[in-house]
Amino acid sequence: MKCQKCDRPATYHITELASGTPVELHFCEEHAREYLASGQTAPSDQMTQIAEQMAEHLVKHMVVGKAAEELKRLDQQTCPYCGISFHDFRHQGRLGCPNDYQAFREQLESLILNIHGETQHKGKRPSKGAEAAARRTELIRLRREIKEAVENEEYERASQLRDQIREIEEAG
Amino acid sequence: MLQEGENVVKLDDLLARRGEWLRGEGPESDIVMSSRIRLARNLADFPFVRLAGEAERRQITERVQAALADSPFSPELLPVRVDALSELDRHFLVERQLISREFGEGQGLRLVFIDRQERFSIMVNEEDHLRIQVMRSGLDLEPAWKLINELDDYLERHLTYAFDEQFGYLTACPTNVGTGMRVSVMLHLPAVVITRQMDQIFRGLEKLELVVRGLFGEGSQAMGDFYQVSNQISLGRSEQELIAKVGDVIPRIIEYERKAREFLMNESQENLHDRVSRAHGILKTAQTISSEETMHLLSSVRMGVHLGLISGLDTPALNELFLLTQPAHVQKLVGAELDSADRNIERARFLRKRLNT
Repeated sequence: MKCQKCDRPATYHITELASGTPVELHFCEEHAREYLASGQTAPSDQMTQIAEQMAEHLVKHMVVGKAAEELKRLDQQTCPYCGISFHDFRHQGRLGCPNDYQAFREQLESLILNIHGETQHKGKRPSKGAEAAARRTELIRLRREIKEAVENEEYERASQLRDQIREIEEAG
Repeated sequence: MLQEGENVVKLDDLLARRGEWLRGEGPESDIVMSSRIRLARNLADFPFVRLAGEAERRQITERVQAALADSPFSPELLPVRVDALSELDRHFLVERQLISREFGEGQGLRLVFIDRQERFSIMVNEEDHLRIQVMRSGLDLEPAWKLINELDDYLERHLTYAFDEQFGYLTACPTNVGTGMRVSVMLHLPAVVITRQMDQIFRGLEKLELVVRGLFGEGSQAMGDFYQVSNQISLGRSEQELIAKVGDVIPRIIEYERKAREFLMNESQENLHDRVSRAHGILKTAQTISSEETMHLLSSVRMGVHLGLISGLDTPALNELFLLTQPAHVQKLVGAELDSADRNIERARFLRKRLNT
């Protein structure tokens, strides 16, 4: 069977019920898509949609709520642990490390409210808790600093950092 | 640390098995193909994957591997270095839904632990350090939650997760933060599609903060009338509330599909019977057939079987055909890489063999 709109084989067979009596329609994939799209919202790609929403909310919130200078200041804020700026996040759509939620808390709070309609987690929590997690996240900063110290041949500082790292690691 | 190439050959073992989500058993399995829950987790002391260098990625995989080493799950676990796999093998795992498409196509060191019965898999170095997912056949969310919660508890005893009092489990993308949980149910809705009610369902679900996506195939086009319903938000609701949010709406969608089938049977049973019989006939006799056409025809046959219009086929066998006729599976069955034209010939040959015995 051929597509009703072209010479390709019809692989989609649609029964239209809108008119009361069923009408059979036969389309190739392209024309079926075209037909269905005309009356039906295609399932949009979830991530793209969310990313767009995010960008939109961010822009709205930042531009409407804040003066240009304020926006610039927020954009330039960086996470002292992983080093990414809020501007980086806005462009990548992905955060750099767990401490970003601390470093950009103010900005993220309004974004998260927009996405989830809430800002307070509810449900399961790890038995080790948030404090132990935050302490371990410090290792990201300390490992970066020790690398820098070694590169700059600041061995005394490197040794202090190593002790701090060891202390956190041994705490579990 | 797992070496490249190691265990790769064992992937072929999976080919001979029918994974959990294809069992075709469980509640409402004529319409609900499978239930799935995934949790996103990150280790507290590493940058998120996008900023993690190769050495850090290696340390992350080693941590997870060590955490799982003595676990009650480990005898059944197959660790696979995805970055060391051929493109064909990566597609194979995507088709089996053991890894995400993004993970298959990603960059850098990444590992997946596959449960040999395919009840769950754990991706390491996806967008988040850990993506744990559990699959069940039919509408079966509570047992899925029970298992994933156990897996998560076990891992958490050996790892320190990134967690914040306010924001919950911290994830690379703020859309997943909080519970880090996505609950998905995959539905087969051919009659809803024929009667063009999908639009209505989409809009209704949107209001409930649920997302519908087409399943199988590239992009968002629903291949073979499979749709996946999942929660959009992950923060501010407990895991149980999110499961209820998705779980409560599914019976209503099932009802839509059953009503639409009833309508088609009452209004135009001859047309419907003709349609499913022709679909069956093409699948049994075609000499070359694309994956797209196969999905489309199998969808009709699957509905025909459940309406008693076609006999001699059951749900598990049909579910398996949907998987085994996917491009990477056709090539794995033949044991060689094939171009699209050859795949279509082999697919037709395979279908004739399966459907004519």
